[in-house]
Amino acid sequence: MSSTFLGMPARPPRSPYGEGHLRGDQAFPQAAARELGNRQLRDNLHKATRTIRAKRLAVTAELPDWEELRSAGAALKNEAMSRLPELLEQLEAKVTEAGGTVHWARDAAEANALVAELVAATGSREVIKVKSMATQEIGLNEYLESQGVTAHETDLAELIVQLADDRPSHILVPAIHRNREEIRRIFLERIPGVDPDLTSVPAELAAAARAYLREKFMTVPVAVSGANFGIAETGTLSVVESEGNGRMCLTLPKTLITVMGIEKVLPRYADLEVFLQLLPRSSTGERMNPYTTLWTGVTPGDGPQEFHLVLLDNGRTAALADAVGREALNCIRCSACLNVCPVYERVGGHAYGSTYPGPIGAVLTPQLAGTHAAKDDPNASLPYASTLCGACYDACPVKIDIPSLLVELRHQTTERTGRGAEQLAMKAVAAVMGRPKLYRAAQKAAAIGRIAAGRDGTISRLPPPLSGWSESRDTPAPPRRTFRDWYASEEGRRALAAAAEHQDLDETPEGER
Amino acid sequence: MTTRDTARDTVLGRVHDALGLAPRSPVAVPRDYRRGRTLPDDERLGLFTDRLVDYQAQVHTCTSAETPATLASVLTRLSASRVGFPAGLDPAWLVDWHGEAVEDRADVPAPDLSALDAVVTASAAGCAETGTIFLDGSADQGRRALTLVPDAHVCVVDLSQVAVGVPEALARLVPERPTTLISGPSATSDIELERVEGVHGPRTLIVVVRTDA
Repeated sequence: MSSTFLGMPARPPRSPYGEGHLRGDQAFPQAAARELGNRQLRDNLHKATRTIRAKRLAVTAELPDWEELRSAGAALKNEAMSRLPELLEQLEAKVTEAGGTVHWARDAAEANALVAELVAATGSREVIKVKSMATQEIGLNEYLESQGVTAHETDLAELIVQLADDRPSHILVPAIHRNREEIRRIFLERIPGVDPDLTSVPAELAAAARAYLREKFMTVPVAVSGANFGIAETGTLSVVESEGNGRMCLTLPKTLITVMGIEKVLPRYADLEVFLQLLPRSSTGERMNPYTTLWTGVTPGDGPQEFHLVLLDNGRTAALADAVGREALNCIRCSACLNVCPVYERVGGHAYGSTYPGPIGAVLTPQLAGTHAAKDDPNASLPYASTLCGACYDACPVKIDIPSLLVELRHQTTERTGRGAEQLAMKAVAAVMGRPKLYRAAQKAAAIGRIAAGRDGTISRLPPPLSGWSESRDTPAPPRRTFRDWYASEEGRRALAAAAEHQDLDETPEGER
Repeated sequence: MTTRDTARDTVLGRVHDALGLAPRSPVAVPRDYRRGRTLPDDERLGLFTDRLVDYQAQVHTCTSAETPATLASVLTRLSASRVGFPAGLDPAWLVDWHGEAVEDRADVPAPDLSALDAVVTASAAGCAETGTIFLDGSADQGRRALTLVPDAHVCVVDLSQVAVGVPEALARLVPERPTTLISGPSATSDIELERVEGVHGPRTLIVVVRTDA
């Protein structure tokens, strides 16, 4: 591909199909039905999301300028996206100047190969990892494993997920779907030399993880991290965390490799003043997360003496080229939208099939990876994984209008696929509703539909073309008789007369209301 | 041209193409959130203390002259016997302390720092509204490993360094320095969202605020 920017711009490619975790095995309705069967998951999610919601509301209400911060945050991300070429080049120059090395990766495969090559150059067969969405997205751990390199996740929740051969189900609290008893069992089975009398008290479980990981922090010479922000003006990278595992990985190893999505760049150091207020309050409901590390290249005598920054595209430029969908790139991965989403709260993160679950995942994943890369692409179902209630828009610290993006994605899907049967059915409904006689006849006919219903009065499977509807919903059986029939009957007349009397008594003079 | 140059040019070319296909209009960033705040000393101290305590940090206040006595009492209460300090720390601070004081050097391997019961450092800045202290690797704060590996961190903060909010505090930093923001001891809420203090960093954070400095 040429490096000249003249002529007709080509549409940038989506994240290629096949590598990483931007696509599930099942469409959302099927995956959701499977997850809904898990009572434990639902109980955990309900408790967790309710707790974080309350905390978030309390600490955001503390700031009288919360709305101004949100507006500034949204504008700053828009500014960064519109100045992306110059900001990325500035970031690269500053990191290089400070003794770091910058690499570029077009997609997951290229990023994985790059990281593996950098690890191989150190001679280490192990790496320690700070929790990172970008490396989860590209499936780095699996790739390193195929190259004979063991990647140790050091975030407690990521460790739980990794030890259980599981997948994260939440952006911020990846093991939200597990309870303490399950975690105790996982530790007993998978951590070598763990105390067999380990209890399920969270403090004791955390202490077991501390002891296990301490040895890794002290001996593994290479760390891999993501980045919450990369500052173009100074070349400063930042990781925001709680447990101290981030500080350990970013400080103790000889070599640090950071994989950062190109959308994470911010113009100025001072811009952190906005995001360090928005991010912790939105994500964990804290005024500030316990630890934030900021580093610029390498510092002699302090921290890793070799630093590599991998700038990752993997579909981000494709999202940027979409006038509507590019807004999803503003996401700062706080997970506030997950915690307020009625759909996420019931089905959990696995149903979305992607590293990015919940409302933001439903718009970001199709933007990055497309919706028709595979046959019956599960990602095509994601824009429908929402009730469009709008809670996510209210919660988003950078004001991403997720509901509108979902509607736009649905529109694009319908435009492209043109579901013939559905369009035909809608036409038929319109025709019948416009003719009163036909409508009455149809209602009577619908009463026959009760035959299709089960004992609980619901129809769980409708015939085509309505089967798409019934895949994810139970349909109530039509009533025994229509409203018109009831209205015309003796019973209906009596009920209406009684209601009218009641209304007379309730009537209050206009002025007193 | 190597593969890497190609990747760089390709990604940058794609960004240009994306902005060509869907151009952005210039963005004005509204900066009407709160910046440049000040508060009288007593109110700043009150806010800072309240927020630190809320994060399970221990807070002591003293005057500059009381620094050695306060540190000695804090370290005694920790039952610390070996205490590390960065090379640039004011030696007068630890004169009342009678345990073993170990000066850190860059060539001490990080695992050796585990043998320290606590570490005493100064700080670069503070933020009252969030209960945050900032370390920037200056000679009186030391390298990052020193305040990370030992189990207790005793940090001296001068009240004059404590800003009201995040914008005011960040403005006091030198961006290129390796900087650590600390708000309470390390914590996790990964198991059923129950907060547990101290997973990997120091499990105890003690902040000594010098009210006249």
